[in-house]
Amino acid sequence: MLKLTNITKTFAPGTVNQKTALCGIDLHLAPGDFVTVLGSNGAGKSTLFSVIAGSIRPDTGSVILDGQDVTALPDYKRSKYIGRLFQDPLKGTAPNMTIAENLALAYLRSSGRHSPFSMVSAAERREFRDRLSQLGLGLEDRMDSPVGLLSGGQRQALTLLMATLVTPKLLLLDEHTAALDPATAEKVLELTKSIVAQNRITCLMITHDISSALQLGNRTIIMNAGKIVGELDGPERANMDEGQLLEVFRRFRLNDDRLLFRDAP
Amino acid sequence: MLSGAVILSALELGCIYALVALALLVSFRILNIADMTTDGSFTLGCAVSATVAVAGHPILALPAAMLAGAAAGGITALLQTRFRIPSILAGIITNTGLYTVNLAVMGFSSNVNMLKTDTVFTLLRPLLGPSYRIVPAAVVTVLSAVLLVLFLKTRLGLSIRATGDNPDMVRASSINTGFTITVGLCLSNALTALSGALLAQYQKTADINLGTGMVIIGLASLIIGESLFPRGKLWMKAAGALVGSLLYRFIIAIALRMDLPSECLKLISAVIVALAIGLPGLKKGRKAAC
Repeated sequence: MLKLTNITKTFAPGTVNQKTALCGIDLHLAPGDFVTVLGSNGAGKSTLFSVIAGSIRPDTGSVILDGQDVTALPDYKRSKYIGRLFQDPLKGTAPNMTIAENLALAYLRSSGRHSPFSMVSAAERREFRDRLSQLGLGLEDRMDSPVGLLSGGQRQALTLLMATLVTPKLLLLDEHTAALDPATAEKVLELTKSIVAQNRITCLMITHDISSALQLGNRTIIMNAGKIVGELDGPERANMDEGQLLEVFRRFRLNDDRLLFRDAP
Repeated sequence: MLSGAVILSALELGCIYALVALALLVSFRILNIADMTTDGSFTLGCAVSATVAVAGHPILALPAAMLAGAAAGGITALLQTRFRIPSILAGIITNTGLYTVNLAVMGFSSNVNMLKTDTVFTLLRPLLGPSYRIVPAAVVTVLSAVLLVLFLKTRLGLSIRATGDNPDMVRASSINTGFTITVGLCLSNALTALSGALLAQYQKTADINLGTGMVIIGLASLIIGESLFPRGKLWMKAAGALVGSLLYRFIIAIALRMDLPSECLKLISAVIVALAIGLPGLKKGRKAAC
């Protein structure tokens, strides 16, 4: 579904601030893969996401999405196929527009209808209502209130729904629960899990939470200094606990002081 | 206190100027841009409408004026999105250039007289009798408001609203902000020019100074309307712009009735707008200072 070949990106080349953010990244995601990404600050995780989403152009390498080379495609054209969630829950929704209008915008721009004057039908509005009620947050009864009145967790759940209303080819989750309180984060993670599983969405998720990195999805990659330095999948990953993962980190001499543990290792 | 004729003319003018309030609803409230092109595109609407009407096509004059207004908005948008000129400056640049363009449209004369020219209003006079001015003005304005609200619910309309509401979100989604800002500014200036076009035909004269201060008058109407209607729904906002514009005209009619010199009106409008926009900020500032 997604194929990255030899992606390199250097910021401010030739200056004292030169920083190689990505260094020969190769990554291949099969349809339905759910890959969690671990790595310390500055490992290049978010840059990698920006390259995939198209907001940063790589110096070398190619990004192939569902068989189509999208390396040169600007981000706003690519995002029809790619859903992206950020850490900041305020980034994904328009506060002065209602819940229904935010959903309508997300739906209309990715549903493949070409007319710029297309509108949401009553049947589609009912479907929005159904999908909202599946979130279990009571938002289906507040479809006409502005999104600015919702809490951060509710907004992030809504953003998740908007990104997956029309099943994207790829979903990018950039620490999307990191700014939420633990209970809300748990709830949004549960929603993520069920929505991704239900629609068999190919998904990449950055996290610093060791247990969700291991529990969610079917693969885990570990990044350091712009490279993918480790990959876990299959039985090795399934049988791994947090302490063992920490061992893996030590093996790669990684140092992530933002790592979160559920149980003290 | 006000005679029937004065009330009727306040209603007529209120309907015509309501189009400017609707235009500013798009540019100022929705796109979050203080569009200084407004003054110039209003006069441009007047000038094009008068010139085309004098040439014998009073009905064609209205879409022609809207097209000219849209072009003016397009230039402001181009300066802003392609050349990265700050939005206020981009508007002022276009506005300054439009002064010459407007004179040129009127044949390098500062006014056009239409006393012996057919207008959309005089054409309807045999049909409508004494309401020959209020009916077309109201129909055009209400129709524009309805179409505008419907448009703002379409994919493109929603994209324009999101562009002004959350630029972060828009950057991460499949919306080309350069395009949405351009469409928004073309639309709002087309509405402003339509207002100017109607006004020129209404008062049977176009003048190079008709648009001066129009952006403030439009904002005053918009804000008066917002204070009366609950925030939220688009229909309410559009209705607010209409009612606000009517009220503004009544305030002016009363002020004139009280023998206030008409030269004072712009100062009063400026004070209304400054207070209405500034008061929420002043309250916030006090809270922060405590």
